Amino acid sequence: MAGKSGLEIFFQRERRPGDLVFAVVFLLFSIFLVSQLGEQAVWAKRTKLFAQPAFWPTVSLVGMLFFSFLHFLGSVVSPKTPGRGTEVIFWFRSLEYAVWFLLYVWIVPRFGYLGSTILFTVILTYRTGYRARNMFFGAATIGLGIVVIFKSLLQVKIPAGQVYEYLPDGIRNFMLLYL
Amino acid sequence: MEILSSAIAILMRWEVLVALLVGSIGGVVIGAVPGVGAAVAIAILLPATFAMEPIVGLTLLLGIYGSSMYGGAIPAILINTPGTAVNALTTYDGYPIARDGNPKRALSLAYSASFFAGIFSIICLILLAQVLAKIAPHFGSREIFLAALLGIVLVVLAHRGKVFAAGMMACFGIFLNTVGLEPVKYTRRFTFDQTWLASGIDLIVVVLGLFALSQAFLLLVDKDTHPEPTKVDGGLFGGMKELWIYKRVATVGSSFGVLMGMIPGVGEFTSQFMSYTYAQKTSKTPEMFGKGAPEGLVAAETANNAVPGAAMIPLLALGIPGEALTAMMLSVFYVHNVIPGPQLFADQMPFVIALYIGLLLLNILVLIFLVFSTNQILRVIRIPTRFLGVMILTLAFVGLYSLRNSMTDCIIGAVFGVFGLILKRLDWPSVPIILGMVLGGIMEVKLRSSMARIKGPLDFIDRPIAAIIFAAIVLVIGLHVWTYFRQPKKSGEDPAGSQG
Repeated sequence: MAGKSGLEIFFQRERRPGDLVFAVVFLLFSIFLVSQLGEQAVWAKRTKLFAQPAFWPTVSLVGMLFFSFLHFLGSVVSPKTPGRGTEVIFWFRSLEYAVWFLLYVWIVPRFGYLGSTILFTVILTYRTGYRARNMFFGAATIGLGIVVIFKSLLQVKIPAGQVYEYLPDGIRNFMLLYL
Repeated sequence: MEILSSAIAILMRWEVLVALLVGSIGGVVIGAVPGVGAAVAIAILLPATFAMEPIVGLTLLLGIYGSSMYGGAIPAILINTPGTAVNALTTYDGYPIARDGNPKRALSLAYSASFFAGIFSIICLILLAQVLAKIAPHFGSREIFLAALLGIVLVVLAHRGKVFAAGMMACFGIFLNTVGLEPVKYTRRFTFDQTWLASGIDLIVVVLGLFALSQAFLLLVDKDTHPEPTKVDGGLFGGMKELWIYKRVATVGSSFGVLMGMIPGVGEFTSQFMSYTYAQKTSKTPEMFGKGAPEGLVAAETANNAVPGAAMIPLLALGIPGEALTAMMLSVFYVHNVIPGPQLFADQMPFVIALYIGLLLLNILVLIFLVFSTNQILRVIRIPTRFLGVMILTLAFVGLYSLRNSMTDCIIGAVFGVFGLILKRLDWPSVPIILGMVLGGIMEVKLRSSMARIKGPLDFIDRPIAAIIFAAIVLVIGLHVWTYFRQPKKSGEDPAGSQG
């Protein structure tokens, strides 16, 4: 314990690369939200404290600020772990797949659930580095299976594709209802 | 007897039985695939269950919840990678036993221990159900508020070494629940004049983002791996006989599981830790723990498999979920206008008993399935991890988009997916966010209604149950603060890792 300050004794911990970055971001986010309390939540007249619309936002944001400050303090006094830059890049790389996902969401009401899903699984299988034919076949089959289970059998609410309107009558009704 | 026959009548319908079969077998398979887990599967299936009857939807989800840990033991034992997070302790002794040439023995013992714990917890719950039916009506608004508060306190303090992060996340969850139109005065809270924020942030969207999308992103960005488990030869019936040798550890482990499962916010990790510590301390060969001690394997598997049944207690009796999975199940109740809480035990006892019998059948089905199909399940473990990520992402779409066919939901889900990925990488907990969202809403409503009838602060705890829960809150916080400040002084060593 020799040579350590009180802060280090009580707040030091193991931390992973990037912990300080996220601790700072979350602390700033908490400060921003607290600063908005007056604007974004109402303190009504002639209303008891616990029934105030702003009561729970205030409690939660003060809590967020309190804990994020303590966590930030812990990050500052804890030994640094190398690899912060690499870690932050890893986080940003996940954004690519978030974009792929949103593209998939965007094309489903246009191309239809079946076509979009098979296209999505096959393209993403390619993007993630697989080149073997059986992987693409597997991806397409699983895509088809997902559509059949959820849309055809469980009838979950997914809109039919706009392109189905151009199909011949008999097939169109079937596609609109089941795929 | 009449209640029992009504419960059996509820269960003996083909939809319920199919849900039970699909849930239990599906849960084993999902649990066996490292990187998926029950939380991801339940999050994806949740919106699909909204169209089902409550008993069908809940049986399906309970099936997945209750059986995933059985499946999670398979990769934990064979490839030293837990299928679900709660099987991490199974690797300590299960893998060394398998590595030393006895995978059949390790698997058989793990299945038997899990089965024993599952049955043990259900027997406890059926016995406790009558008692709870009597106690539950004494829970008024203030008792439910205090129980929810206790849940928040416990879920934060249960994350030892990460209490500040857990506190941040729990408060963030409470905050998220406040966004949108406030239910009494209809004023807007933190909507920043955006219409899409006026209806608030949907719990299911956050759940799918934090559990399903984050896991998909993680698998897609991370290195691709191809697990190669070894085939298991021979029958898997011998475990029961061996379990008899460790009956004391199995009983104590299951008891810890039941006890910890019933307390909101605590769950499998604490029960396993206590069970494993007990087994090691009372063992004649404590030095073998971590190197292939069968008692260690029994302690870990019994403690985690006793939890799912027990976790239903606070949910059914008080309407308070103890952890993320039961929080998701709560939404199934709400969608069907079945309000869990004291009245459920008073008015719909057959429904409650049907759920417990469902759990009982589930354990039997899973054991039979595992004994005959372990080698088939090994094929699923071999799925390359990035390919698995593609499939989770595709499935997550169903959950997110089918809610309201809303692109906004999907964008919010994607944001929480990236947020969840960062939490996973930093080893920060995400469960407190979900509990904060659910319990925050309960606390807001119950505090408001209870304060209307209260004059002074002490009136709040003038009823016995309220006083006991309040004392429990003070006690757990006091104990935590005491150990926190005592630990560094006592050890005189680097307290790294003991923060919070």
